[in-house]
Formats: sequence, C-alpha cells, structure tokens
Amino acid sequence: MATITDPPQGAFRLSMLINDTRYRSLTFQAIALLALIVAFAYLGNNLMSNLRAAGLNIDWGFLGSAAGYDINQTLISYDSQDSNARAAVVGILNTLLVAFLACVTATIFGVIAGVLRLSNNWLVSKLMSWYVEIFRNIPVLIWIVIIFTIMIAVLPGPREFRGDDATASMVMNAFAFTNRGIYIPAPVWGPGSMVVVATFLASVIGVFAYRRYATKLLYDTGKLLPTFLPSLGIFFVPTILMFFIMGQPIGLDLPALKGFNFSGGIKVGGPLIALWFALSIYTGAFIAENVRAGIQAVSKGQTEAAAALGLRPGRVMKLVVLPQALRVIIPPLISQYLNITKNSSLAIAVGYADITATLGGVTLNQTGRAIECVLLLMLFYLTISLAISTVMNVYNNAVKLKER
Amino acid sequence: MKKSVFLGALTLASLGAGVAAAGTLDDVKARGKLNCGVTTGLVGFAAPDANGVWEGFDVAVCRAVAAAVLDDPEAVEFVPTTGKTRFTALASGEIDLLARNTTWTFSRDVDLKFEFVGINYYDGQGFIVPKELGVSSAKELDGATVCIQTGTTTELNLADFFRANNISYEPVPIETNAEGQQQYLAGACDTYTTDASGLAATRATFENPADHAILPEIISKEPLGPLVRHGDNEWADIARWTLNALIAAEELGVTSANMAEMAAGTNNPEVNRLLGTEGNLGEMLGLPADWAQKALAVSGNYGEIFEANIGESSPVGLARGLNAQWTDGGLLYSPPFR
Repeated sequence: MATITDPPQGAFRLSMLINDTRYRSLTFQAIALLALIVAFAYLGNNLMSNLRAAGLNIDWGFLGSAAGYDINQTLISYDSQDSNARAAVVGILNTLLVAFLACVTATIFGVIAGVLRLSNNWLVSKLMSWYVEIFRNIPVLIWIVIIFTIMIAVLPGPREFRGDDATASMVMNAFAFTNRGIYIPAPVWGPGSMVVVATFLASVIGVFAYRRYATKLLYDTGKLLPTFLPSLGIFFVPTILMFFIMGQPIGLDLPALKGFNFSGGIKVGGPLIALWFALSIYTGAFIAENVRAGIQAVSKGQTEAAAALGLRPGRVMKLVVLPQALRVIIPPLISQYLNITKNSSLAIAVGYADITATLGGVTLNQTGRAIECVLLLMLFYLTISLAISTVMNVYNNAVKLKER
Repeated sequence: MKKSVFLGALTLASLGAGVAAAGTLDDVKARGKLNCGVTTGLVGFAAPDANGVWEGFDVAVCRAVAAAVLDDPEAVEFVPTTGKTRFTALASGEIDLLARNTTWTFSRDVDLKFEFVGINYYDGQGFIVPKELGVSSAKELDGATVCIQTGTTTELNLADFFRANNISYEPVPIETNAEGQQQYLAGACDTYTTDASGLAATRATFENPADHAILPEIISKEPLGPLVRHGDNEWADIARWTLNALIAAEELGVTSANMAEMAAGTNNPEVNRLLGTEGNLGEMLGLPADWAQKALAVSGNYGEIFEANIGESSPVGLARGLNAQWTDGGLLYSPPFR
C-alpha cells in the first residue's frame, strides 16, 4: 500500500523565484511592472527636463490670478477681476449646459425621426431619410456657423424695435426675437411663491404615485384605469388653485428696450441657441439611425405575436418592441452623447463661452500657459466623458437582455 | 540594484535634456535659414502674395534680419502662428524670431521669458460705431454689446476700460476680423473694437464707410514689436539693432535709392558707422561690417517699408501718426549707432 504524501516543503530559496512554477509567474509580473514604471518615469522625466530646457516651466499659479476679461454668459456670478480658475468654472458650466440641452433635444429629434423613418407613409419616411442623410453628412461646424449666420442675418437687431416706425415688434409683448438672442419673461418670486412651488412638486410626485397605483391595479386585478386625463388634472389643477389662493405671488419680469439693448427678462443668447440647435439636429440624425436599427433588430415575429394577443399598435410598440429595441439603441447612444459633449468645444466658432473658449482660449492666450491649459482641458473632457459613459452604462445594464 | 537602474535612467534623461541651448546665431547659420513666426495672414502685415511669397510690414523685419545674418533675404522659413501658438512656438525653439504684431506687455516680457527687441508699430485700441447711434464718445457706450476679437490684449483693455468708467457692456467674442465685421454690420453688436489701425483697414472695406465713425478715445497702448527668447543676448542684440538700423536709416536719410552712393563714404560719421564703412559695429555683433547695408538693401528703410505695405498709398491706408520719426512729431527714436 502506497501512501501519497506531499513533498517536503523546503525553506524558501531565492532560486525558487525562477525554478519553481508557483513563484515564476509572480517574478515575471514583478519584473514587467518594474520595467513599466521605469519606462514611464523615464518618459515623464524626459518630458519635464526638455520642457525646462525649452524654458517652458509648468506652473499652475496663473489659475489664481485675476482673469481680466469678461464673459457674456455666466451661470454663476463672475466679473473680470475673478480668477482664471473661476473663469474656467464658468466655461465648464456653459459646456455642461449646452451639452445637456443638446443631448435632450437630440434624443427627441432622433427618436421621432427614427420612428417616422419606418412609417408606412411614403412621404414621411422619405422626408425623414432626407433629414438623416443631409444632416449627418455635413460637418457639424458648418451647421453651427450656418445656423448662427442665418440667425444674425434674418432676425432684427434691437435697434429695429425702436421708434414709432419700428420695423420689428415683440411677440405678445413678452418675447423679443433679436439677432443677439431671444428675450423671454423671467419669473419674479413674491412672498408665498414657495408654497406654490411646493404644491407643484407635490403634484408631480402625485402623478407618479397615481400611475404606479394604476399599474399595480392592472397587474393585480386586470382593471385598467384611465391615466392620461387624471395625470393632466393632478399636474395642473392644484398648482393653479394654490397660485390664486396665495394671491398670485409669482409675477413676470417682461423684457423691455432700454438703452442699446433689451433689459429685464431672461436672455437666451444667440450663440447658445445656434450651438444647441446645430448639435441637436446634427446628432439627432445619427440617433435616428440608431433608433431605426434598434427597432428593426426586434424580430417581426414579436410584433405579430403581440398583435395576435390583441394588443393595439401603440401598445405593441410601447410594451413589446421598444423595451427590446432599447438594448440595441443604448450602447451607440452613449457614443452620441459623448460626441455632443466633445463637439460642444466648437462653441468658439459662434462666440459661446464654453471651457475651450475660456480656459483653452482667452486664458491660454493671455497667460501664455498653453501646456497647462491644454492638460486641464484634456482632463476635463476625459472626466466628463467617462462620467457620461458610466451613467449610461448603468442604465444600459438596467435595460439589457436579462439572462436567467 | 533596481533602485540604481531607476536612478541611472533619471541621470541619463537629465543629461540628454541638458544638451540643448547653443547660440541661436550659430544655429541659424548652420541651418542656413531663419525660422520666423508670422501671422496666418493679415494683409499689410504678413500675408503670402499671389505667388505664395510672404510680404508685409512684419515680414520685412524677418527678411532684414535674414539678410543681415545670412546675406540672403530669401533664406527665411515663414512659420504661420495663431494667437494661441505663437508663444509656444518661440519658447520651444521652433522659430528664432516672432514678428507677429504682438503687443509688448510686462507679463509677456517677464513671466513668459521673452525679449522684445523694439517697437515697429505704435498702435492703440479704438471703437467703431454706426453714426445713426448718435454716440460721440466711448463713455456713452453704457449697456452696449461689443464685438471683440478673443484672445488678444484688446479683450483685457476693454474689460479694464468699462470697469474704470463704471459702465457695463456685453462682450461678443469673435475669432477673426472678418467675423467681427459681419456681426457688426448685421447689428448683432453695437460697436466693434480692435486696434485703431485694424478698424481703419476694416472700415475701408465697408459699402458705406461714411456711415461709421471711429470714436475719439484710444483706450490702450499697443506697442507692437518683434521678440526673441530670453537668455540669448547676442541673438537679441542682432534682432534689436537690425530693427534700429531700419529706423535710424530713415532718420539719417539712407534709402534704398541712395544707399550705394552713401556706402562709398559720406561726411556724416553716424551714417558711415551704420553702413560699416567706419568703426567695427558689425564685428561687435558677430556679423560682417556691411550687415546693415544688407538689411537695408532688402526693401529700404523703415519709412519705405511702411509706405509700401501699410502706408497711405497702400490698400490699408494708414497715416504715419505716432509711427513717424521723433523729428517729425512721432515716437520712433532709434538709439545712436556709436
């Protein structure tokens, strides 16, 4: 009878790092890691010393010094005596604003165009394919410039609103469309307005609660409650009632001609509109194709089976086709959102003060700190792209095919 | 052992970087070409002509330096730079000389470590407005929308001017002069501001120049001049005195027409020193004695260069104004050649 015993465990010897299979892979990995570190340290050091030799010392002090220039659209308070860092933050917020707005509208354009492209109506589907082919085959920079140029040329200047024989007039005395931007009324929050706002928020929650209740009732008892009209009622009625009960605390600040420009109200600047619209309509064309591909990827049998069960076409789309299409649509949609964010760096073409225009434009020029500014820009775009990617991937995981 | 490999790599890296800065003059001579940074195209100052040959007021400075150093005004590699790339190009050694209507400021000189070798154009920032606005002074521009070229010193001057006068404005940043002109004419901005020379040149291209007025306020000093890197004083001296030679030649009456005659010797010792027939100024610079003659032979003295490129007879049509010789009431004043 033979017994199998473990070979005797000898003391660890240095040669075992090479000869013993248990340690060999670790040894080689450690060597590779070290080589990598040395290589990067060498490259980094080489970069720094060459920069130093060229007289380009990396110095971040400029971020704290006064920027000295003004910005036409600021979401936070800013004046020319604030620091370059704050100017960069103003730019970041402007970038995020236009990227967010454009992502929302591009998705809306894209979904509508993508669904309509599959329409049985010949005219509608042809129109949509024209839209897709024209808009996605011309560079976005050209769209931005074209839209901005048309805005400037077609809309009247504030001067034309002046005088008795004015050639332009305000719409409903509240909206002014000028070639410098669109002026809209701004809300004025009087005492008690917070109650109205709170009521509004509560009714939004109420709408969701009601819809959830209706779904639950449908699943539990099979009873189908109407949702559209009650939702509308919950959304509007309490807020409007509260508005009058509190004595109309929310007023409107209407834009009016004063001096060279309109003042009062909210100004939505021409550059923002041009950039927003151009990015949405351009990327919308790409998203339309994603949506079409996603819908066509759902096998026709699914639609037919759903129809055979007696579902109406709207419900077939909503309950059967779209949920399955989403898992095809979402991954390329992430790329489109990233494209919008990165394409927003073309803002300076129309004078929109995004991060590339403030930090990468004026600050870079005025301080001459090109390397530092470009490094910061790269870091910002990388961070924001990775963040968008992460959020969308989480959503993708939520809608992807569940395999059990 | 591992540590020593790492340190060795560091040492090698720093040694490799140390072998960089030799004299710019030697580099240029060895290369046989002067690398000169200019604008990407501004008519009158630096722009390629129909045959692709660069010409202009700033280009003339490049060619004069090339002629003085290499005896060949054509031995220039023109490197078009934008407002963003110009300083990096100079600091990294990609160009030897930057002649790109660049304003001489403290921080560019001291913080960015450049050496402005002189001033070849005295400019200042002004405003242009349509006459129908009824504005006669820049101080009446409270609340106006102002078109401004972004990334220039004019942007900072504008902010300072409105702040100092306690009035507000809304900036509309634009990238190029053409874009500014378009927005201004469409009424998207009430006024357009840039260097007064630029405003004059721009107004000249309008359909109805008489409908637009340039306001009397000049809100900044814009001394434009060529610059080189800090730390190579011999090279800076060559650039500085080549520019001074162009200016002094006008003051002393040396033109491209009479230079050959004057080079034979005159009874004015300063002319003789300038042209190298007396003294050893060229030798002090490390150049041949007739370096200034070669620089002047390219396109004449400062006055001739000015007239040919941006003067009243040229399409840009600028008067000499501040850029006249000090003897004519201007600011041009070359130190003596002695």
